[in-house]
Amino acid sequence: LGPVMLDFSVPIRRWVMCRQFQCHQLFISWALLSSLPQMVGVVGLEIHAQIQSTSKLFSGSHVRFLAPPNSLVSHFDASLPGTLPVLNRRCVEAAVLTGLALNCTINRKSLFDRKHYFYADMPAGYQITQQRVPIAVNGMLVYSYFEGRRRNQVVTKSVKIKQIQLEQDSGKSLHDDERSQTLIDLNRAGVGLMELVMEPEMCCGEEAAAAVRELQLILQALGTCQANMAEGQLRVDANVSVHRPGEPLGVRTEVKNINSVRHLAKAIDYEIQRQMEVLQSAGKVLNETRAFDSKSGNTIPMRDKEGLQDYRFMPEPNLPPLFVYESEASVPAGVDPAQVVVIDRLSGQLPELPSVKRTRLVETYGILQEHSFTLVNEDGLIDYFENVVQTTKAEPRKVIGWVIKELMGNLNSQNLNVSQSPISPCALAELISLVESGHISSSTAKQVFQEMWKAPEKTVGQIVKEQDLWMINDKEELQKICKRIVDSHPEEVQIIRGGNKKVLNKLMGEVQRETKGRTDPVQIRAILEKMVS
Amino acid sequence: MSASSAASRPAAMLGLSIREVSQALRDGRVSATELCRKCINQIQRTRYLNAFITITEETAMEQAQRTDSRLRTGKKGIPFSVKDNFCMENIETPCASGMLKGYVPPFNATVVQKLLDQGAVLVGKTNLVEFAMGAGSTDGVFGPVRNPWSYTSLYREQSTEDPDSDWAITGGSSGGSAAAVASLSSFLALGSDTGGSTRNPGSLCGVVALKPTYGLLSRHGLIPLVNSMDVPGIMTRSVHDAATVLRILQGRDERDSTTVQAPSTPPRLPEHFDIRDICVGIPKEYHAPGLSKDTLAQWSRVADMFEQAGARVQEVSLPHTQHSIVCYHVLCCCEVASNMARFDGLEYGHCSKVDSSTDAMYATTRHEVFNSVVRRRILSGNYFLLKSNYERYFVKAQQMRRLIAEDFKNVFRTGIDVLLTPTTLSDAARYSDFIQEDNRTRSAQEDVFTQPVNMAGLPAVTVPTALSHRGLPIGLQLIGQTLQDWKLLTVAQWMEQKVNFPMIHLHGESNERELNRSVRERTHTIGS
Repeated sequence: LGPVMLDFSVPIRRWVMCRQFQCHQLFISWALLSSLPQMVGVVGLEIHAQIQSTSKLFSGSHVRFLAPPNSLVSHFDASLPGTLPVLNRRCVEAAVLTGLALNCTINRKSLFDRKHYFYADMPAGYQITQQRVPIAVNGMLVYSYFEGRRRNQVVTKSVKIKQIQLEQDSGKSLHDDERSQTLIDLNRAGVGLMELVMEPEMCCGEEAAAAVRELQLILQALGTCQANMAEGQLRVDANVSVHRPGEPLGVRTEVKNINSVRHLAKAIDYEIQRQMEVLQSAGKVLNETRAFDSKSGNTIPMRDKEGLQDYRFMPEPNLPPLFVYESEASVPAGVDPAQVVVIDRLSGQLPELPSVKRTRLVETYGILQEHSFTLVNEDGLIDYFENVVQTTKAEPRKVIGWVIKELMGNLNSQNLNVSQSPISPCALAELISLVESGHISSSTAKQVFQEMWKAPEKTVGQIVKEQDLWMINDKEELQKICKRIVDSHPEEVQIIRGGNKKVLNKLMGEVQRETKGRTDPVQIRAILEKMVS
Repeated sequence: MSASSAASRPAAMLGLSIREVSQALRDGRVSATELCRKCINQIQRTRYLNAFITITEETAMEQAQRTDSRLRTGKKGIPFSVKDNFCMENIETPCASGMLKGYVPPFNATVVQKLLDQGAVLVGKTNLVEFAMGAGSTDGVFGPVRNPWSYTSLYREQSTEDPDSDWAITGGSSGGSAAAVASLSSFLALGSDTGGSTRNPGSLCGVVALKPTYGLLSRHGLIPLVNSMDVPGIMTRSVHDAATVLRILQGRDERDSTTVQAPSTPPRLPEHFDIRDICVGIPKEYHAPGLSKDTLAQWSRVADMFEQAGARVQEVSLPHTQHSIVCYHVLCCCEVASNMARFDGLEYGHCSKVDSSTDAMYATTRHEVFNSVVRRRILSGNYFLLKSNYERYFVKAQQMRRLIAEDFKNVFRTGIDVLLTPTTLSDAARYSDFIQEDNRTRSAQEDVFTQPVNMAGLPAVTVPTALSHRGLPIGLQLIGQTLQDWKLLTVAQWMEQKVNFPMIHLHGESNERELNRSVRERTHTIGS
């Protein structure tokens, strides 16, 4: 299921195969060269998730993607002297919700710090973050991916979340090379981010990609982050090193500039292989930041920020410690419970998480586990599926085939999402019901489906009638048609009678062609068998 | 009273307290317009003091006229001035630095807005040292501020030199605000207090200067020095007035997360209260080297005064106070380095013409306009904050800060209500003497009695007590418990009533014209 999970069905399948082949080759050559255990990759992720909130982390400016440049900038965002940060409760709640969903311990008291560095799109000269005591720690993310030749064996793993910290986003620098100018857009400056730090516990791009995909689903279910990597709502940096198991971790590099889950897997695997090759040729892996180049699929060293950066951290003096409370009862007297963050209240708001959803789908509908992944991965697909199931008497296991193969196949090929489907759940249910009741054959139904896709204004009945696709159920007529075919194929009949029953299939094919598939194969086979016997 | 007779005796109206002049406004003895005009005239007459960076004559007169046309009661029509590190909408706020030359903030500081909401009339923005860094009010880009008391007959009669070479400093960094109140140009002025910047010039200029409890007044719109210690300060000519202004300014501001709810306060300070209920502590560590004879004498005199009136007076110890200055130096530099990082020339303020690279532009922008004091503090701060130094300097200083605050708590826990200390080592130094030492040394000397209070976030007020043998003011400081500002002011008012500090009488106006010329270029008058 790797392909479905990762959104990009065909290209990624090809790539996964290719990668495995390369690794295999590599392992063999090492095994020949040395008797040491094979080297393995070690991957940790640092993820910046933009908090879905109407206003910024410390100011009242609105948050909107693609707004005119510098139209969402408050005095604080522009770092005017004398302005002070005011914490946005919604952002804290988003971080606590995310922490709870990722099984974190929520720190009842957390602190803000300043991290200093000069950068044109960071107007204050420092970023407010949570370096010493972050809002959430010690969590865990459980994720799955698929293995095996048909990629249908589920492998479930987990990775520890070291911490989740609240911090400010930076603005954006736009370089105009022609005029050698840099333009600065502060719309993004000060937007709330959750930085999630994952322990280096993954071993390859596929694991990291699956973990990030699961995280995306969780964040989207929570509504705490839209988690679209291409729009920069989720930014993933990978810390990659290689070592031989049992030995200390190798020198790591940080890979940046990754804008899709697919590229993440690709960048990590490239980097692991590169480091292995460096070490094999007696070279040294440098502790550096590298950028992923999506065109070549390589990672290349980024221009170093003049050696070692010392961020000169210090406590943010303008923000008192951030307190969150266990329950309304633990809110101290004199504090309005409505104005503070209460964990119990947020736990009650936690929606059904993707893993729970998948288990429920498998148990309720008896569908395959891999199908439950597809349903959960596509926004709106579960609703669509359940709608169809409720409107037709067909088995959910039959419905899922239609939804995954026909519906998703068409949507993917046209790059549409579920809500844009021209065929409504009702219409699909009607179509499936016609198959169930024997009014049309399943091969006809696939044809009808494509017609419905092209002409959504027509009803299923209209299309079937117009194209004359109703099933031929009249015994006499079926007899007539079969007779005609038997009469026109005397040689085949001779062979069948000689004992080669397989040739009967050819006659059945002829009947199907003649009737444009409007017959029930079981019935036809019975009639033909009788006639040639 | 006719306008002409008032003009001939400015002190007659301008020397009143806020309470008195409010009554005069209500009674119609003077209009807001007349009062504002008198203050503006007084500012012009005393321009040689260099107390103001900007005189907001036009807007002030308009505001006063609007007040007159509405005839409302309250604090309507009281002229005030504001230290130039508070942001004010549409008024240039250079903060005595080339970095912010031409910078016009788009919003009002909360404390300024609260005064404007009460109908007070802003007459000008007062001079300071660059970004309020220093204790002298001597090294801002607009030049030094002169102490009005060095232009009284008493001082001039003792001086053998001319008034343009022999004059005293105001102290700082809110020197302009102190001079404005002392020279009767404003009934109240806002300063800021990080290590003593309101109390120090308040004491040297003979005005009441209150540093409220940290968090009681909003810092929104105050260009920061040390966020964890900065407090807007209040300067007036009476304790009663300071209490009135405190009542207007205090309270939570949603734009400053470090503010707290103000305790409920009665409309005015009690006129009569029993001083015998009060226990006054005298910290023995404040008998510091360099304490002048005059100041020591005043300290003893007032301590005796309390004792004779039946208050309990006892010696107390604040053992960690001695380390306060060095810790302050570390913490101040760290926050300065951080706060000043925003001045990169991109969004506002000075921007260098060098554009070979972004880094080069940053470096030259900052180098071109920050003075050596600012630069030195930035460099030191960045050094203290380096990963390898952080524990040794910043963390140690924070630990010491906690011990200093504990000292105060322990003393107050023994039943002490207020502490009585000198505010400064001596009366105001002559400018020519003061500049013999550098800013760092002077800050260390001048802030010794005031600075520990900021470390602990406590309220403190300086009350003018007497004139020294040179004819310059000496003030004493009272320190109170956290959020007990009202009790502190109650005791301060009792003390004020007993000490009988004289009214200022500026020396004849003969030399003014010449003095004015030297500062005229530096002062920016809006609408004149």
